[in-house]
Amino acid sequence: MNILTLFVVIPVLTVAGILFTKDLKQSRMVSAIGMTVQLILSAILVYLYVTERQAGNMAPMLFTFDALWFPALNIHYAVGVDGISVAMIALTGVVVFAGIFASWRMEFLSREFFISLILLATGVFGFFISLDLFTMFLFYEIAVIPMYLLIGIWGSGPKEYSAMKLTLMLMGGSALLMVGILGIYFFSVPEGGQLTFNVLEIAKHQIPIEMQRFLFPFTFVGFGILGALFPFHTWSPDGHASAPTAVSMLHAGVLMKLGGYGAFRVAIYLMPEAAQEQAWIFIILTSISVVYGAFGAIFQKDLKYINAYSSVSHCGLVLFAVLMMNQTAFTGAVIQMISHGLMTALFFALIGMIYGRTHTRMINEMGGLMKVIPFLGVVYVIAGLASLGLPGFSGFVAEMTIFFGAYEHVDLFHRVATIVAVSSIVITAVYILRVVGTLLMGPITDKHFLHLEDANWYERLSTITLVIGITFIGVAPLWLSDMINFSLAPLIEKLATVQLPGM
Amino acid sequence: MNSYAYTLLIPLIPFFVFLFVGMAEDKLKGKLGGLIGTVGLGIATFLSYYTAFKYFITDHVHGTAYTSVKAFEITWLHLTEKLTINLGILIDPISVMMLIVVSTVSFMVHIYSLGYMEGERGFARFYSFLSLFSFSMLGLVLATNLFQMYIFWELVGVSSFLLIGYYYEKPSAFSAAKKAFIVTRFADLGFLIGILILSFTTGTFDFQTLVDPNGPAISSAGGAAFMGLSLLTWALILIFVGGAGKSAMFPLHIWLPDAMEGPTPVSALIHAATMVVAGVYLVARLFPVYALGGPVALEVVAWVGAFTSLFAAVIALTQTDIKRVLAFSTMSQIGYMMLSLGVSGYGGEEGLGFMASNFHLFTHAMFKALLFLGAGAVIHAVHSNDMSEMGGLRKYLPITHMTFLIACLTIAGIPPFSGFFSKDEILVAAFHSNKILFGIEYLVAGLTAFYMFRLYYSIFWGHDRHYHHTPHEAPLVMTIPLMILAFGSIFSGLLPFHHLVTSDGLGFDSHIDWMIAAPSILIGVVGIAVATLMYKTENSRPAAVAKTFSHLYRWSYRKFYIDEVYLFVTKKIIFNYISRPVAWFDRHIVDGTMNGIANLVVFCSFNIKGLQSGRVQQYGFVFVSGVVALVLIFVYLL
Repeated sequence: MNILTLFVVIPVLTVAGILFTKDLKQSRMVSAIGMTVQLILSAILVYLYVTERQAGNMAPMLFTFDALWFPALNIHYAVGVDGISVAMIALTGVVVFAGIFASWRMEFLSREFFISLILLATGVFGFFISLDLFTMFLFYEIAVIPMYLLIGIWGSGPKEYSAMKLTLMLMGGSALLMVGILGIYFFSVPEGGQLTFNVLEIAKHQIPIEMQRFLFPFTFVGFGILGALFPFHTWSPDGHASAPTAVSMLHAGVLMKLGGYGAFRVAIYLMPEAAQEQAWIFIILTSISVVYGAFGAIFQKDLKYINAYSSVSHCGLVLFAVLMMNQTAFTGAVIQMISHGLMTALFFALIGMIYGRTHTRMINEMGGLMKVIPFLGVVYVIAGLASLGLPGFSGFVAEMTIFFGAYEHVDLFHRVATIVAVSSIVITAVYILRVVGTLLMGPITDKHFLHLEDANWYERLSTITLVIGITFIGVAPLWLSDMINFSLAPLIEKLATVQLPGM
Repeated sequence: MNSYAYTLLIPLIPFFVFLFVGMAEDKLKGKLGGLIGTVGLGIATFLSYYTAFKYFITDHVHGTAYTSVKAFEITWLHLTEKLTINLGILIDPISVMMLIVVSTVSFMVHIYSLGYMEGERGFARFYSFLSLFSFSMLGLVLATNLFQMYIFWELVGVSSFLLIGYYYEKPSAFSAAKKAFIVTRFADLGFLIGILILSFTTGTFDFQTLVDPNGPAISSAGGAAFMGLSLLTWALILIFVGGAGKSAMFPLHIWLPDAMEGPTPVSALIHAATMVVAGVYLVARLFPVYALGGPVALEVVAWVGAFTSLFAAVIALTQTDIKRVLAFSTMSQIGYMMLSLGVSGYGGEEGLGFMASNFHLFTHAMFKALLFLGAGAVIHAVHSNDMSEMGGLRKYLPITHMTFLIACLTIAGIPPFSGFFSKDEILVAAFHSNKILFGIEYLVAGLTAFYMFRLYYSIFWGHDRHYHHTPHEAPLVMTIPLMILAFGSIFSGLLPFHHLVTSDGLGFDSHIDWMIAAPSILIGVVGIAVATLMYKTENSRPAAVAKTFSHLYRWSYRKFYIDEVYLFVTKKIIFNYISRPVAWFDRHIVDGTMNGIANLVVFCSFNIKGLQSGRVQQYGFVFVSGVVALVLIFVYLL
């Protein structure tokens, strides 16, 4: 069997396995085994991919497999990966693995919980391996639907409202996306011949510029909603605040990355001309996202809201980099996706663990926790430092690559946008240190906190996995950046043929 | 590889100590963590001295210029087609000099802290942070390129943050740490933008290429202009902003006095001798670019340095916390170094200011570390930072007293102590460049002598206070570093810096210009005399002076209200006028629109749903009305 298909088969088998379990102990064990296999498989995939490339295989996509499943519309199950999707798959593997261990104590309807969670993961894995737009869309919907259940059933606070809001806004995005994808399909082969959903096939031709102008905003905004593009980001704070820990981790960690990945793989890759023309609008919006999210985070009091606004800022940077449309910025965008995915998953995991102990997420109700839960405290500080872009952690590598990529544009507009984005490094420091200070430092504010217990083995496993990921990329970024860089060649070639209007 | 490859160990040893001690913190009982740290740094110090010996003496052919050697380099990340970030080790006169400074002071502080920090909770954590700092600082001084320097620049910032906030249960300590981090981070924004501009104009980060007089940096001086200054000048000014933040230059200095919340050995190491001079080192590193490519930027450096040195000296006159007096004195002395770089030219005797700046950096590291560690011994004895709770301590702390006196004489510029030599060179350089700057520095020399001796007399003279217990001299493990640093303070002035550390690597002859030295000694003596008159025995003169200049006194005591201005900007403007409206806007306008759309849909469906009532009569009625309407239309209209 094709190795990529395994990424969908294993979660499905895991779900089937969970169906036969009786209680929490069994279902979490099955999930843990399934997702550990998945994590190992991701590692193997990275290894295989790198060796294949070193052996000189220059094909744009490796490990491809193609099967027609709906002949009437020429829809294929077409899979294949390049360095970017490999990186995203590895990210997903790590986050899902950490997420299972973060929900080790999910007592309520545990079987159903793990089924929904792994179903969600299946959708994400499927999305990243797909080359066929329709199949990709299908997997995307598979990932979104369980989200509704997960928040609506296992959430907290105004969970019905949040679940509904999140799902409706994402569905709104899907609707726009559907228009975009169908439009691309109908103009995929302008010279005549059989229409196709296959990304690689479509990329060989040029979609007529008038259609691009019409379709690009649909596609980009459709994916942008998922990537928390201002002003379509408001599902994110409410959704995250109500979602259970593992769902927040998966959602902010990987599902939001579908937005960035799609914007890049579909919107920019297939419609480069329109992208060049309309980029300025979205550069303005994403620059706003970056700074606005950071300023918004300063004022929040709920830990999850802080992290949600911080995600708006960081994911804004992903889309910002994607719109800069050069090799360096694209590389930065992908590294930022991975870096943010790991960091934000770590944050949400920690927030869940702290909430499980203190039963509050309001920072002004907590204080001095470093003394009683030093392990979680230290990891929180590490996550914070990584988030504010300290060298040695992945965030720094990503931000620097993006800034240098953005600065390559010599005109004043891009320069100003770049400097606005760069200034976020200061604002980020402000809100991160504010949280760290109030939450962890100072005297203990509540005597109940004196009896808190530090992290258990599964909590340690979950957080340490993510910390290793963040530091590994931060200390030795070269392999990752080269892997991504190489895979960008077809896109850069395609962009190079585009006549730059007035630039 | 070459014969300096072993220098890689100098930063790496502290790094592994940091990892080991940091991870095994709970298991290292007693002083074990501290001993591991001290031994590790001892080895690094030994290697540094060996490197200096090798570079300056055995490997150097007499009469030739000192060259820079890349001991080691690897590729870390490809940014753009041209720009690649490397990590490596660069050996040249200033980096070797800084190696000596950093490793010596750090080693002394490691030993001293074995006594000072004894019994503190988190003793091992303290040492792991010290090792992290040493690693970052050594990585910074050995950087082969601008970007590597930026990486380690951020790392020293975070080590400083961790060490200032060492007593994290004290809210004031953490807020000081936070302030230090954010203010320097803000300055680093300038640094980063400066790097962006510089690297895109020149296509390289590499120091050897950048400082090459025929290289791309200096030849781009006449290139594209923005607001009347060349891009290169802008880049250099922005890079200097980063340096000014780290080196606590006005107006980015506000974090340094607060940083005194950290343990005193930390203040000695980071906030007196090493990290705060990183800004000077940065300008010195890029000096040829400043001197040949951006004279305007260099002028900015000179004036900022001069202003800060005066400003800080005036504040130091009235402070009562002994560590804060020393902090302002540090600012003032770094101002001297900046000024000295600012007035320097490139090459030969023109480069006197460059040499003097590095010379002063070196001697200052010795005597200022000594002052801080001495202050630490005093605080250790009386458990207070406040001058008014000290007095008559010379009887109880004889070693501390003697070494502190030596340091005070050194900073006051009294021969034959080292400060005299280095300060004299700075004054000569200023005199030949700009008489106003010279005048300012001359005045500052007098003020320095005065406030240092005010400090000295208040601590060691006067009558005893009500101490909780009889103050006692610090243990040997603390006094030995004091004695070693006192030795350095006395004799480091004899080092032939004009042959070792010069702007172009070639030595030149320099001698003391008595026309300038004599008045500078005189003003130092006057400062000491006035302080003696006012503070040696308690009398009413200080109060009378304070009353006469009451406005100036209050402004100086309140540090010219700069902190209040910052507080106004951060609390009022950023938090209340930006962040709060953004949060409100997001909740009510952006989210309100989304909820509004949802409510609109609900509203419409609520009204439409009446049509699907399920009542047959209603359907029948609508059906019949429809038929009637259609019939009427067909009959009458068609």
